[in-house]
Amino acid sequence: MFGLSKRDAGLLFVVALLCLFAPFILNPFPEGSAMAQFNGGYPDLMQRLVIFGIFAIGFNILFGLTGYLSFGHAAFLGVGSYAAIWMMKLLTMNVIPAIMVSVLVAGLFSLLVGWISLRRSGIYFSILTLAFAQMSYALAYSVLTPITGGETGLQPKHTDPRILDGALPAGQSPRANLFGLDMKASTQLQLGDWVFTFNAGYYIAAAIMLVAFYLSIRIFRSPLGMMLRAVKSNQQRMNYTGLNSKPYTLAAFVISGMYAGLAGGLLVAMDTQVGAERMFWTASGEVVLMTILGGAGTLIGPILGAGFIKYMENIVSKINDNVLHGWFSFMPDGIENFMVTIIHPFVGKGWHLTLGLLFMLVVIFLPGGLVEGGQRIGNLFKRKKADPKSPDGTTTTPAE
Amino acid sequence: MNILEIKNVNKRFGGLQALGNVNLNVAEKTVHAIIGPNGAGKSTLLNVLVGKLIPDTGSVMFDGQSVLGRKPYEINQMGISRVFQTPEIFDDLSVQENMLIPCFAKRDGAFAMNGYSSVGSQRDVMDKAEEMLVEMKLADKRHMHAAAMSRGDKRRLEIAMCLAQDPRLLLLDEPTAGMARADTNNTIDLLKQIKEERDITIAIIEHDMHVVFSLAERITVLAQGTPLVEDTPDNIKGHPKVREAYLGETQVAA
Repeated sequence: MFGLSKRDAGLLFVVALLCLFAPFILNPFPEGSAMAQFNGGYPDLMQRLVIFGIFAIGFNILFGLTGYLSFGHAAFLGVGSYAAIWMMKLLTMNVIPAIMVSVLVAGLFSLLVGWISLRRSGIYFSILTLAFAQMSYALAYSVLTPITGGETGLQPKHTDPRILDGALPAGQSPRANLFGLDMKASTQLQLGDWVFTFNAGYYIAAAIMLVAFYLSIRIFRSPLGMMLRAVKSNQQRMNYTGLNSKPYTLAAFVISGMYAGLAGGLLVAMDTQVGAERMFWTASGEVVLMTILGGAGTLIGPILGAGFIKYMENIVSKINDNVLHGWFSFMPDGIENFMVTIIHPFVGKGWHLTLGLLFMLVVIFLPGGLVEGGQRIGNLFKRKKADPKSPDGTTTTPAE
Repeated sequence: MNILEIKNVNKRFGGLQALGNVNLNVAEKTVHAIIGPNGAGKSTLLNVLVGKLIPDTGSVMFDGQSVLGRKPYEINQMGISRVFQTPEIFDDLSVQENMLIPCFAKRDGAFAMNGYSSVGSQRDVMDKAEEMLVEMKLADKRHMHAAAMSRGDKRRLEIAMCLAQDPRLLLLDEPTAGMARADTNNTIDLLKQIKEERDITIAIIEHDMHVVFSLAERITVLAQGTPLVEDTPDNIKGHPKVREAYLGETQVAA
């Protein structure tokens, strides 16, 4: 199906179903209940889940396949965002040109950065990419203020030229749209106590993520993907097999840069503003965490990792002391306060601590990331079902 | 006709003259062994041939074209394949993928942006790789992780990968180093078979005299960076200069 093997097509289908039903899956708790805190099915978060999924899918093409660890991919995300917002300021609030130009500009920028950084490998490559990203961040904050808006950032204004759009009625703020369909348009479905939100922007971002995921599967299964894994495995043998590893790594770098630019453009399409902090090194580090947490070099891993981290960031960080007191209110006062004090550092602003601990646990016990965890659970079930006559009913499946 | 002509090659590393005025010709479709004691400059010479080192002076011509200043991948594309002392294969890939990569390199050259169609859809390359796997008796291991193979099988795979490119010159750097006797004999048989069945020149650097005398048609003895003698195996066996180079003195009982 679509030129994919049965297995890969199945994977794509599962991801498509998850995207389609995300508003239900992420909202398992009835509105107003104590657990509603954990509901993630609101448009802003769902959009971020799929957009950062795209970012991580692209990063995985570089890091997962070639093993080159870039610490500067947020720069391409940021450049994509700036390109998108300028399209919205100059051309039209329609998201199509914004997204296309963001991919193009990020691709060109990553060609330049990659061409220079890929002269080195290993830690030196990582440091070079980090230096480029921090340079971009610093420039966006200071010298390039006319283009980037500096500290205030950029957003579409009523007074922008927008040559393709008609003049806006007075007092109406420009809104991102797809041929008139507002990105923020939502419909709600109420079933008993449950409320499910379906957002136009989310479904557009999810559709784009599916295309991005499909292309990444094709790259993984193509001769190019095999060569990129060869780069990671043994560059010496590669060079002595008549293959020039440099253009291969550069191709992977530019492709992942374009994915980052696409994610940056989509962020602007969903929420029409951008600031330089989007390029800060912590943002570059975040995509590394997403990819490793989910499972570097696997197809689905980066999506899982991105979803996991963005969910944590948005949900765990919202749990404050009031919520904690609510949870433990059934306990005697002393114990209640004690429990709140214990948990307090791990939630709210301390969500990074929880994330860090989880990351350590995954790296130590599941070096293959969440995907490896899933495979181990899957193997447990297979072993139970396996024919008792064949003692070894399990087959180790290659990482997907 | 000579496929490889090395003329007046010198290479110094600081105070060490690694190669001193090396002149060496390898005739087409022969098996030419280069032997010599440790530190004789065998590996330096090999690294000059494949583009890893650039000599201080001299010329290296392969089939009438200079290889000097070219990158290893360019020299490989000219038709020189190298087998390493410790097998260099793609450990993280399957045996089949290991075989496919040189087949793609042969068909598509040093770089091809082939990122959309699946590997399996490239019928010609798949068939070629399969053919090589069968020929080299690796077909039953095709889905195996290359890292999991035995040393002998890794060597066999590496040689197969080199042959898949139909090279005109195959360079072997101590192909049996660290092998058990049985594996060594298997490798000798394999190389004999390759020599008989293929239109290929083989240059071999080796320590093990058993291997050298089983395979070589010409032998060059290298000592202290300079070729000492070049002759047929029978003449080399009893040559006093060779004994001197290897054993340090001439008065040694036969």
